[in-house]
Amino acid sequence: MSDPVLSVADLNVWFDLPHGGTLHAVRGVSFSLAPGERFGLVGESGCGKTTSILALMGLLPPNATVSGTILLEGKDLLVGGESSIRPRRWVDVSMIFQGAMNALNPVKTVGSQIVEPMELHEIAQGADARTRAGELLELVGIPAARADRYPHEFSGGMRQRAAIAMALACEPKVLLADEPTTALDVMVQAQILDLLVSLTTELGLTLALVTHDLPVVAEVCERGAVMYAGEIVEMGTVDALYHSPRHPYTRLLFRAVPDLLGETEVVSIPGVPPRLDRSLEGCPFRPRCDRAFEPCGSVWPELRDVTGGHLAACHLNDPSYAEASS
Amino acid sequence: MTSLLEVEDLVVRYLVPRGIVGTLARRPKRRVHAVEGVSFSLERGEMLALVGESGCGKTTTAHAILRLVDAEAGSIRLDGEQISRLSHGALRPLRRRMQIIYQDPYESLDPRFRVWRTVEEPLLIHGLGGSKEDRRLRVVTALERVGLTPPDLFLDRYPHELSGGQRQRVAIAAGLVLEPELLVADEPVSMLDVSVRAGVLVLLDRLRDGGLGVLMITHDLSTAAHFADRIAVMYLGRIVEEGPSREVVTNPQHPYTKALMSVVPKPDPRERSRAQILRGETPNPIDVPPGCRFHPRCPVAQDICSMEDPALRAAKQARSPEHVAACLFT
Repeated sequence: MSDPVLSVADLNVWFDLPHGGTLHAVRGVSFSLAPGERFGLVGESGCGKTTSILALMGLLPPNATVSGTILLEGKDLLVGGESSIRPRRWVDVSMIFQGAMNALNPVKTVGSQIVEPMELHEIAQGADARTRAGELLELVGIPAARADRYPHEFSGGMRQRAAIAMALACEPKVLLADEPTTALDVMVQAQILDLLVSLTTELGLTLALVTHDLPVVAEVCERGAVMYAGEIVEMGTVDALYHSPRHPYTRLLFRAVPDLLGETEVVSIPGVPPRLDRSLEGCPFRPRCDRAFEPCGSVWPELRDVTGGHLAACHLNDPSYAEASS
Repeated sequence: MTSLLEVEDLVVRYLVPRGIVGTLARRPKRRVHAVEGVSFSLERGEMLALVGESGCGKTTTAHAILRLVDAEAGSIRLDGEQISRLSHGALRPLRRRMQIIYQDPYESLDPRFRVWRTVEEPLLIHGLGGSKEDRRLRVVTALERVGLTPPDLFLDRYPHELSGGQRQRVAIAAGLVLEPELLVADEPVSMLDVSVRAGVLVLLDRLRDGGLGVLMITHDLSTAAHFADRIAVMYLGRIVEEGPSREVVTNPQHPYTKALMSVVPKPDPRERSRAQILRGETPNPIDVPPGCRFHPRCPVAQDICSMEDPALRAAKQARSPEHVAACLFT
């Protein structure tokens, strides 16, 4: 693998709760992205996937505390706080927010909203910026002439494309997409996913896709990480995650998703994720796990390499427990 | 024996507000053709999925059946009884027999009502279940049926103390407590976490054992294929294909169904779809294209498609006589 464009090590995020106490939302997350790679971050709501990428953007609310290192092309984003993130946000790393298509300013034309980040970061000014906005719209499949239109004149799919154009305005190297297709119809979703893939193959953009929708990750990404209770519990190629999962959560999550032509029974996972405002003992998935055994209640499973580049945080992969688990 | 539900040539149109200027300028009245001639039937104990993209008329169809919106034409029979033209007063006793659950259990439950009150309220409204003890028994039975056991654990909880899956189960219990014959489930799991969706769907599936007919509205073909007996695919106010679920997904006939199937993401990365992505979006139902309404986006359209409006008929390559499609070339 060539030098990673983005590498995250031991990222932790705590939120101070209004009535006292803290919630440990992201727990020691580490991953790195190669240039041009498409990486998926999947998990249920509340597992910390959105919090993780908001931390990469330095956009967490004031009650959040962050620790760890986030290296973007070798330079640490966290070390200087806002002053080290600010010049690189939108310029080197940018983001499409969940529901971005509904977050456009209704009283400004779509074009002027794409021009805004360019002027702010002094990428281009005036007529130049407007020409570039037109080019960006063309890139995402909207005629440049529509730049003078207002968001309400666009359909949902087109507004989402406009939001992508906006995120690309300053030519970022890394694009973080948080549930970019969740509110869209399946045909429009296919159009948007197709666009995201072509941006990585044609512009060499690196994509981190955050979603609860496993099939979307399977369809788009090369590698993926499964998050549970603030931790990455398994990471590897999407092929390995589906065909040879090494964490019971990954296996059960795939079984809970109906496959269009599949004959296998769809089964939900009993129970709910643990509360993150309390300390956890042992494996956080243990109460819901169908393979839990003796060490799971007391020993926290570390994320380890199981086979070249495929990582899992489960005692079942630990040879020293092999006897107890069989 | 008559079907539980029979819908024939249902038409629902909404008037588009013209505004003051439009009215004064006497601009022509414009209508949204939400549902244009939909027919289907649902048997007791059966689950039919209405599948389609937003704006295709699937929710309007369901609302018209429940008489939440008025149909412009067509007939709706519940257990043989014509209900499409009943007055609202005459409809009241029938409402108990048809219940609906909505997409978002975070919005559909009253946050100030305990579970007990949420599930009891329909009984009070319909004047059922006489004494307080009797009502309590019915509430407890309904909670048991939806898998909230032991019911005592849930009776006094507020919605915010429940998970998404549990909330949706409470909403289902509030529908079931009236012992309806027809349950409409409008996107029942799309707001729920992936890991609990299957549980709610399996529950809906099991409820049919008692003879309950379920009309499920969904945009998710995979869910429909797994849980429904039959699938009806809607496009722009029409059913364009209908048949037994496995038939429809393994042997789709209508070009729209084929395209829709091809873009459903598959969980197995080795089966990455060769997606046949249709350009553009569903046309505005105010200006419905002439002829076959799918022809402007259809990959196999011929000249004739812009002139002739195809009816639903048995598809040539169908393996089941109940498998019908509305395309001139099938």
